[in-house]
Amino acid sequence: MKVQLPTPLVDYTNGVRYVAASGRTLDELLRDLDRQYPGIRFRMVDEQEKIRPHIRIFVNAVLERRLSAALDPAHEVLIVAALSGG
Amino acid sequence: MAGKVRKSGSTIVLVGTRKGLFVLRADGERGNWRVDGKVPHFLGQIVNHAVMNPRTGTMLVAARAGHLGPTVFRSVDGGKTWKEAATPPAFPKRGTAESAGYGWSVGHVFWLTAGHGSEPNTWYAGVSPHGLFRSDDDGVTWQSVDGFNLHPDRLKWLGNADEAVPDGALTHSLNVDPFDANHLMLGMSSGGVFESYDRGATWAPLNRGCVADFLPDPNAEWGHDPHCVRMHPAAKDVVYQQNHCGIYKLDRAAFGGKGGWDRIGKNMPKEIGDIGFPVVLHPYDPKTLWVFPMDGTSVWPRVSVAGKPAVYRSRDAGATWQRQAKGMPAAQAWFTVKRQAMCADQQKKVGLYFGTTCGEVWASFNEGAQWHCLMLHLPHIYSVEAYSL
Repeated sequence: MKVQLPTPLVDYTNGVRYVAASGRTLDELLRDLDRQYPGIRFRMVDEQEKIRPHIRIFVNAVLERRLSAALDPAHEVLIVAALSGG
Repeated sequence: MAGKVRKSGSTIVLVGTRKGLFVLRADGERGNWRVDGKVPHFLGQIVNHAVMNPRTGTMLVAARAGHLGPTVFRSVDGGKTWKEAATPPAFPKRGTAESAGYGWSVGHVFWLTAGHGSEPNTWYAGVSPHGLFRSDDDGVTWQSVDGFNLHPDRLKWLGNADEAVPDGALTHSLNVDPFDANHLMLGMSSGGVFESYDRGATWAPLNRGCVADFLPDPNAEWGHDPHCVRMHPAAKDVVYQQNHCGIYKLDRAAFGGKGGWDRIGKNMPKEIGDIGFPVVLHPYDPKTLWVFPMDGTSVWPRVSVAGKPAVYRSRDAGATWQRQAKGMPAAQAWFTVKRQAMCADQQKKVGLYFGTTCGEVWASFNEGAQWHCLMLHLPHIYSVEAYSL
């Protein structure tokens, strides 16, 4: 499925913002991203399997906070590094 | 004189800031300085500590890009290229048998230290919240030092984690005894000074004699707030610390041979006090050290005392102190220097360096007698480390 990445993560994808990845769940999708772009998952999910603060993941424009959420190949995933701070 | 004096080669200074890493380089005389590139390395990332292992040349950077969590970058070509650690420091997962349910997440990697000379591929990392990690492959992968991270008394040491020091609970001042690769010493803010004689498998507090005037029992076994602990690189059992409650020297013979701290800061001028963050040791003379006092009165402004920045030096292990401020602003300069933002190089004529909270890098090439501003207008400086090559 199509995944749009925020600019802080494109160092992992050679500058590419739109990438393809697969998975039956959000967790599988992020692991597939990590297989393709090593290290990228840990920037979004910490060692306790929690989505990091300020990272927002939208599935078909709906905010999803559960890594166990089911995905469909037709879904579009938008990952956002929310703005905050100065 | 302790240790082997380096030849007058080039010098490299790594400056970690809130917005990236600046690398300064100079020739043997340290008269001409240049900065790598037109923009800093890791522009926009918080660099808590940038260090080099002078034995191998490997550089490591503890970085955190605002929203993306902490990591470690490494360079094996003198800073030309950088690669992220394959497995950055991370606590054991919650609920596994080994982790006994701690389940913490690394907020930022705060301190990096190269291992013993006999272990050229070993590094240690201190993190926030309190944690210790080791790499035995030159910074590529990192493992939890479970003897520390899962210690049964760890939560007692920490006190209330919600009441951590302003920048978070910090495990810092990772020292590897130059005479014993298995002997480690570190500082916890707050928590106190702890040491291990088995490469981190077991730990014991080392805070006797050190005051903790913010605790119900000021002579408690732990709960202290060491700001910076430095083990001398060439003299056995010479350790100094700048603490929240003064400047101290370790005395292994004190307290009936159990070892404890002697407050050498009591010899500082009363109007200056002995509060600050960094302490820097002369690389060859175990009796010479420098501190950068700050205002630790009332609400703890954490600025230069009276707006008049100065380094204080002792040449007799803290018995007497001399003010060294020539070249610095004489008044209305309200910066301070963080715990890993002051250091010495290893040249025969020892150079001193510090970075300020307002983004200035200062240096002295005659052991503090005269100071020069090397750079202005950098972001808030978190760390300064200098290496003579």
